[in-house]
Formats: sequence, C-alpha cells, structure tokens
Amino acid sequence: MTAGLPLLTRPALVELADVDKIYRTGDFEVAALRSVSLEIHEGEFVAIIGPSGSGKSTLMHILGCLDVPTAGRFALSGHDVSSFDEATLAKVRNMFVGFVFQQFNLLAYLPAWRNVELPLVYAGVEPEERRERSLRALDKVGLADRVDHRPGEMSGGQQQRVAIARALVSEPAMILADEPTGNLDSQSTLDIMSLVEELHGEGRTIVLITHEPDIAARAERVLQIFDGQVVE
Amino acid sequence: MSWRDVLRTAGEAVRTHRLRSALTMLGILIGITAVVLTVGLGEGAKAKVQDQIDELGTNLLVVSPGSSTSSSGARGGFGSASTLTTGDARALQAKAAAPDVSSVAPVATSSVSLVNGSTNWTTTLTGTTPEWKVVRSRGVSTGRFITAADERAAKAVVVLGSDTASELFSGRDPVGRTVSYNGVKLEVIGVLDALSSSESTSSNDLAVVPLNTYREKLVGGTNRNSISSIYVKADSSSSLSAAYQETDALLLNLHGITNTANADFSIATAQSALNAATSVDDTLTIMLGGIALIALLVGGVGVMNIMLVSVSERIREIGLRKAVGAQPSVIRRQFLVEAGLLGLAGGLLGVLLGVVGAVVIPAVSDQRVIISIPAAVAAIAVAVGIGMVFGVYPASRAARLAPIDALRSE
Repeated sequence: MTAGLPLLTRPALVELADVDKIYRTGDFEVAALRSVSLEIHEGEFVAIIGPSGSGKSTLMHILGCLDVPTAGRFALSGHDVSSFDEATLAKVRNMFVGFVFQQFNLLAYLPAWRNVELPLVYAGVEPEERRERSLRALDKVGLADRVDHRPGEMSGGQQQRVAIARALVSEPAMILADEPTGNLDSQSTLDIMSLVEELHGEGRTIVLITHEPDIAARAERVLQIFDGQVVE
Repeated sequence: MSWRDVLRTAGEAVRTHRLRSALTMLGILIGITAVVLTVGLGEGAKAKVQDQIDELGTNLLVVSPGSSTSSSGARGGFGSASTLTTGDARALQAKAAAPDVSSVAPVATSSVSLVNGSTNWTTTLTGTTPEWKVVRSRGVSTGRFITAADERAAKAVVVLGSDTASELFSGRDPVGRTVSYNGVKLEVIGVLDALSSSESTSSNDLAVVPLNTYREKLVGGTNRNSISSIYVKADSSSSLSAAYQETDALLLNLHGITNTANADFSIATAQSALNAATSVDDTLTIMLGGIALIALLVGGVGVMNIMLVSVSERIREIGLRKAVGAQPSVIRRQFLVEAGLLGLAGGLLGVLLGVVGAVVIPAVSDQRVIISIPAAVAAIAVAVGIGMVFGVYPASRAARLAPIDALRSE
C-alpha cells in the first residue's frame, strides 16, 4: 500500500481513459481502438504486442500524438491533448516524444548528425548547441565515428542507432519505438535491444510496439492488444 | 525554426535534386531573359531615336514644303510643291515677327557627284547659310565653316562631311584642295566633325556650300529661290511651341493661306518625331513584353508542377519532419522558400543571359539593347514572386498532409 502512494500523488506520464478510435471509409466504420484505458508511468519500459491489424499502430499514433482519439481522454503528464490542433500537437511531439520507426525514416541527403539534430531545429535550439547535443547523442549510441556518414553509407543497425540518437537528442519524456527491429538481422536486433535496455536502465520511459513475443519479453510490462482492446 | 534554418533546408532540397531544380529554373530563366531583352530592346530603340533627334539639333523645328493644291482643287502629296523660298527664311529671321526664333537656316539639297581627280563620290549637296552650324549643333574638325562673306560673294567653297572627305581624299587632309562638280571647282575649307552615334550615314556624308553658291553656280532649276526646307531653332525648349505658332502664322500669312487645312508646308518638331517613333516602339515593347510575360507564366506553372512532384516524392520526409515537431506553418514556409529560391536562381541566370544577349544582339544586328539596373532588379524580384506565387498551392498541400499518412506512404 505505502509503496503505491508516491505513484498516486503524481499523474501518470501517459493516461488513456476509454479511448475509441474509429476510422470511416465511405459507409464503413472500422473501430481500430475500443474503450482502451491504460497508464504508463515515468521510467517504465512497456511493450505493446499484438498481431497486425490489432490496432497497435493506431495506439502508437495516439500515444505519439500523431493522431487524436475519436472519443475518450488522452493525457500526457496530466494535460489532456485529445483536442489539440495540428500545430500544438507538433509542439507536444517535439517536447514529449522521441520516435523510432521500423523504416528508420532518416533523410538520405543529410549526414548522421544533421539527421539527429532535426528535433532541435524545430525546437528552435541554436546551431552550436544543436551540433554539440547531436554529437553527444551519437556518442551515446556508439556512433561517434560515423557522425558525418550519410544513411546510405551505414548498415541497417547503424541507421537505427542514428534514429535512436535522434529520438534521444531532445530529451523527450518518452521514447516511442514502432517495430524498431522489424527491418534488422538477428545480430543488429540484439544490439538495438541491448541499447534500448541500456536507455531504460538510465531511467528513460520506453514504449515499444512489436509483434514478436521474444522482443516484448524484454520489457518490464507487456500490454497485449487484440481486436482494438488492451489486456495486461 | 529560424529563417536561417528554413533557407538552409530549402537550399539543400534544391541542391539535392539538381536536375529537377535546373529544369524548373529553365522555365523561369527563359521567361526572365525574354522580359529583360524585350525591355532592353525597347529602351535601345528609344535611345536610338533620341540620338537621331539630338543629332538633328535641339529645340529644332523643320519646315518642309507641303502638298500643292491646284486651281481645280486636286491636292498633291507632301513635297509635291516647292513652296518654300529664301524669302520665307528671311522673314522668319525678323525678330519682330518671330521673337522666339533664335536662328534660321534655309536648306536646299540635291544629290550630286563630286569629283577629285580620278575619284568620284555621290553625296548630298547642301546649300545653306552660316546659321546651319548653330541650328544643327555641328562643328568642324579641321578648317572652318562657311561664313557670311562666303555667302554674300557666293564663293566656290565647300565644307565636307567626314565620310565624304575620307571617300574623296582617302585620309589626306582635304582642306585647301579642290573638288569639282559639273566643271565648277570648289575649294574645300573645312571638314565637319563626325557624329559617332549616328546610325544613318547622312549626317556624315554631305557637302555644304553657301546657299548663294548653290543657287547661282551649282544647281539652277526653274525657281532659284526655291528651297528644300527651313531649319528653325527656338530660343529654348520652353519657347519651342511659341516659335512653332509664330512660324506657322508667319508662313500662312506670307503664302496668303487662310484655311490651315490647305497649308502648303508642314512643320515638324524633333519632339513630334520622337513621340511618333517612341509610340511605335512602345506598342512593340508592350506586345513583345506580353509574350515574354506569358513565357514567364509558363515558367511559373513549371515551378508549380515540379513543386507538386517534389511534395509527393518527399511525402515521407514531410511526415518525418512533422513527427519530430515541424508545425504545418513551418513546412509551408520551407516549400515556399524552396519555390522562391528556384525563382531567384532562374531570375539571376535569366538576367545574366539577358546581359549576354545585350552584348551579342548589337554585335550581330544594328539593334541596341539597354539593360538598366532597376529593370534587372525588378526582373529578379518578379522571378522570386512568380516562384513563390506558384509555390503556394504545393506548399499548402505539403503543410496539410497528416503526419501518419505521410509516414505510412511508401
């Protein structure tokens, strides 16, 4: 009982209450999420697992403020963001969320450090500080010697490290990784997962979306999503 | 996002897609070159006319014989009558009748062949008075011009135009030598200075003799008092129209004409010639300018087309930028600046090509091209404007993309 008290006194980092997400295509209505309620606290490492079509991508979009729920409450650090407009959501994403995608989504024409600094560019950070922080983030993911390489000159595992550095650089409240190992070979997968665990060990909040049980098993807590509903 | 970052990002996008950017610029470039050259040609044509008029002399009126009206009422064309006489010129010199006229030069001309030894040359023999030099704002490079004494005594002297002198004397100093016409020997007393800006040769190819010499010794004709035209110089440009009125009234009076529609002479001012010439040039400039503007618009549509392609090609990049925190307005600005940069580059290159054209065109034809700095700056501004105006739609499309749709797209 007493151990739970500190958690109760401060709001959860992420709080979803009865969230619905319904897509309309013509006359069809598809409920991607149905009455989803969940909380993620600071410092947690949560995996969300489910088969394709289960609604896990939709959940990830909502958690990442890329999309808003059709109904229900979605709060980040106690602020309800479900009614924010696109411009405000962009600011929220910039401050709260660091994305890691399955496709890496690096800009091919920019060297690694310029890719990493992108969130800082949109946050309005001065160029000198941007470069310094980008180099530090790249050092953190073990790519200090690859800062000037373009994505095309790096392996998949290295590219995903650059993407992780980009997700880290703005010190967001949460790192949201969508199938981060989906495009990697087994060795790179192991490397990336140990990097993720290392980041968690430093106290970062990590939400990992995957369809592979052995990846999900690395997390502290696993949320199963099936047919738009979440079960712990 | 600071403006410096917006500019850098847009510049990188332009540089990354080099071929595409170059092709987009080409459209703007052609349009701007066309505009710059059209305006330059128009300005050149105007300057050419202005020079010709300056060559004629400033504050000048030219009285030419008009059409004759026969007793039966049939009217001949301009110049069909030899209605102007030396008497008319003398009358205009009277200060009382024409107070705003400062000098008057009657001129009689005919085409003649002058001979120097075995060399001959056909030129315009001009019989006039010493005032001609003042009225036409000319000078002599060597020797002297005809004087009142030459005129009174009808001396056999001639002042040659610079081209005429070199044709007849092939570089040697002609002053003191003689040329002959119809067996009359004329002593060359001077050579007129050359008008370097002259496009036509007539200003430098002529032979000036005293009017009395012309009438009495060289060209007879049925009416020895008849002259080809009278140059009238006004005191200043402000008294030009007064001088016009006085000349008109005096000549009508002398010729006994009451109905101005039947006037047997016409008076042209340098300004009226300039106006006529420039209005023709203006019409041409506007027409060509319109075509050039259409070329520019086509270039603008090209920018829009390429920018739309660019937006759909970079849909994932847009999604990523939005995911990491780019607001729609920032994305819009980035694409607008990109379109503006394409316009700017096209404009700069277009003006550059226009300047090249301004050097090449006068070398291969006798058209003058004048490119002014304000016109060049305006052209570049227009190019940037065109780029940005046609960039608005693609930029808003990019800005409106939902980040998830953009990220999901393959």
